[in-house]
Amino acid sequence: MFEHNDPNRIQLNSNGQLRHFLTTEGLSRELLTEILDTADSFVDMGAKQIKKMPLLRGRTVVNLFFEASTRTLSTFELAAKRLSADVLNLNISTSSTSKGETLKDTLMTLEAMHSDMFVVRHADSGAAHFIASQVTPHVAVINAGDGRHAHPTQAMLDMLTIRRHKGSFEPLKFAIVGDILHSRVARSQIHALRTLGACEIRVIAPKTLLPRHIEAMGVKVFTDMRQGLKDVDVIMMLRLQKERMTSALLPSESEFYKLYGMTTEKLAYARPDAVVMHPGPINRGVEIESAIADGPRSLILDQVTNGIAVRMAVMSMAMSGQMVEKQLQQSASAAH
Amino acid sequence: MNIKIAGGRVIDPSQSLDKICDLYISNGVIAALGDAPAGFVPDSTLDATGQVVCPGLVDLCAHLREPGATHKGSIAQESQAAAAGGITTLVAMPTTSPIVDTPAVAQLIQDKARAAGKTRVLPMGALTQGLAGEQLSPMHALASSGCIAFTNSRRPIRSSLVLMRCLEYAATHDLLVVFQAQDAELAGGCMHDDTTSTRLGLAGIPEAAETVEVARCLMLIEQTDARAHFGQISCERSARMIMEARERGLKVSADIAVHHLLLSDSNVNGFDSNFHVIPPLRSQLDRAGLRQALLADGIQAICSDHQPHDPIAKQAPFAATEPGIAGLETLLSLSLMLVEQDVLELPQLIAKLTWEPAQVLGIQAGTLAPGAPADICVFDPAAHWTPSAATTRSGGANSPFMGMELRGQVTHTLLGGTTVFQR
Repeated sequence: MFEHNDPNRIQLNSNGQLRHFLTTEGLSRELLTEILDTADSFVDMGAKQIKKMPLLRGRTVVNLFFEASTRTLSTFELAAKRLSADVLNLNISTSSTSKGETLKDTLMTLEAMHSDMFVVRHADSGAAHFIASQVTPHVAVINAGDGRHAHPTQAMLDMLTIRRHKGSFEPLKFAIVGDILHSRVARSQIHALRTLGACEIRVIAPKTLLPRHIEAMGVKVFTDMRQGLKDVDVIMMLRLQKERMTSALLPSESEFYKLYGMTTEKLAYARPDAVVMHPGPINRGVEIESAIADGPRSLILDQVTNGIAVRMAVMSMAMSGQMVEKQLQQSASAAH
Repeated sequence: MNIKIAGGRVIDPSQSLDKICDLYISNGVIAALGDAPAGFVPDSTLDATGQVVCPGLVDLCAHLREPGATHKGSIAQESQAAAAGGITTLVAMPTTSPIVDTPAVAQLIQDKARAAGKTRVLPMGALTQGLAGEQLSPMHALASSGCIAFTNSRRPIRSSLVLMRCLEYAATHDLLVVFQAQDAELAGGCMHDDTTSTRLGLAGIPEAAETVEVARCLMLIEQTDARAHFGQISCERSARMIMEARERGLKVSADIAVHHLLLSDSNVNGFDSNFHVIPPLRSQLDRAGLRQALLADGIQAICSDHQPHDPIAKQAPFAATEPGIAGLETLLSLSLMLVEQDVLELPQLIAKLTWEPAQVLGIQAGTLAPGAPADICVFDPAAHWTPSAATTRSGGANSPFMGMELRGQVTHTLLGGTTVFQR
């Protein structure tokens, strides 16, 4: 009963090309590699004096952010502008919207303005899937973070950063550290790393910050940093929200820092050439020591640079996937 | 008015009856089975050849949405849906607006139901005033105004002292207390806490959200010797605790919503809000355990837990949608899947939909015994049909079973000898 097709198929057109980017789950290794290759070419372009290219010229991209964001919103905006799109930024606080109704209404209003792409951030898991299921055909949806579910562009910029530093994924061991329970970044990283062939993926957190049966996602679970970081090549830190202290998940920031904060002492547990990543914004002295965040083994600023390139890549790929789909449907109806 | 229902397979678990025979109705009451009573001349005859004739279904939990939420459903609409589903008695939840904590609201619901005239609606009263979990509701007055049982729904009674007082007071008047057991804080999520919730990033509701509250209630039921029922349990562990309590001699029973016997948390894959229900769809192990409990008589009844919604209530990201499935019209057909899947024999299933829930409530219903009101469901066990939003009689078309071909369809429903539904 209800043997549905893979719900993540909605991301692909009939040729198997990207038309929305909602999650890294269920996408093939070839497709993820294509995103990385495309992004790679944009990284080099960003270093040039003239940074624009016309891939989205005449297109309207709406950044629809129901959650506050500075970094993600600005890199999406910059990415769209470098692709020559017209960009509309909308910051809509969820607290002022009633459940569901407003999201659908907002969407319908924006559609009436003939937008071509929605970049969506929302506090509810599944919001991007919901929007992709509701939009007019040929409008692309890019997930800029939905609840605890997925943040696929963040995961792919992490993958790009890793590939540019380490060359490949297969021989490497990864550790994701911190608030796994609430992290959409961790989930998207895990799916991407598995598909790209990572040798081993670990999560390290106290039990209050580990979702139930996370091992079913193909990771090894550790609650101790010394054991969890042993032989690790890449350490991916997560952001810790202050409200975790008040919701009985953690006793204090200082205790968390002592046990799970990335310090010079703990970095020594990992491989000597291990690198440290963080999706930002960082809480110095809570998740990470300043000496590490600013040190030679930190890739944090590379992540930001690569973020623009990855967002340009998925935006141009999704738009092109929608165009191909439109042409396929037109030729199919012409044949009838 | 004399009616003969001829040639059907009559299944009445209250009399351990399962045979092809005629059934005679006189003046709204079952007159006889098998041989016609002396001098019986039928005014009309219903040919039930190839069909099953059973007592009208008794549904222990339905939300009729009136008063207060008539954009989702109304007593008239939901009564029609019930009749189309072969349901002749249903228990309406007190979570209306205003809440059923005064005799006036209880009366209003019954008046509207009588005016609709399609099914018997038994309102449940609030266990505490305003369902706030603090002051006892006027249970005796509510019972005198037709409230069949008392519940606090899923609203918490945080004080165990208040809960114990509720049970003591209900026991004083021999009133049935119904628990929809749920620890409010543990139940803060929107789906079963397991691998699917982890993967989808949806906040989980652990089993303990139910089992902790079942355990607390059982201890207080034991202490007070009250008569209690657990509605819509979702965990195997709850069923086992209730079964053990029954073996210890506690006056407790339980029911389960039909969708919990058919679906599991893995169905949520894809964020389809039609699978958003509270209590959440649990694991496949729970589903298997609950089916066992049904067979082992640990669970007495299967209900619809009917919760109609307007379309917009389900059009949002999963967690932001309102929980619930509209299920009056599909209760029988979905339950019949349990026969198809060899979980229960047909008479055992009919018992869980008629006689046993009537026994839970202590009412004269769910039986075809001579002298009982002629509340009867006639269904074609072989008929195929597909529920759809266009044809549903309920105010809500929110069901994951919409568009799915089901087997077994009600052809006639009689309420006190009057045909209230006919296909």
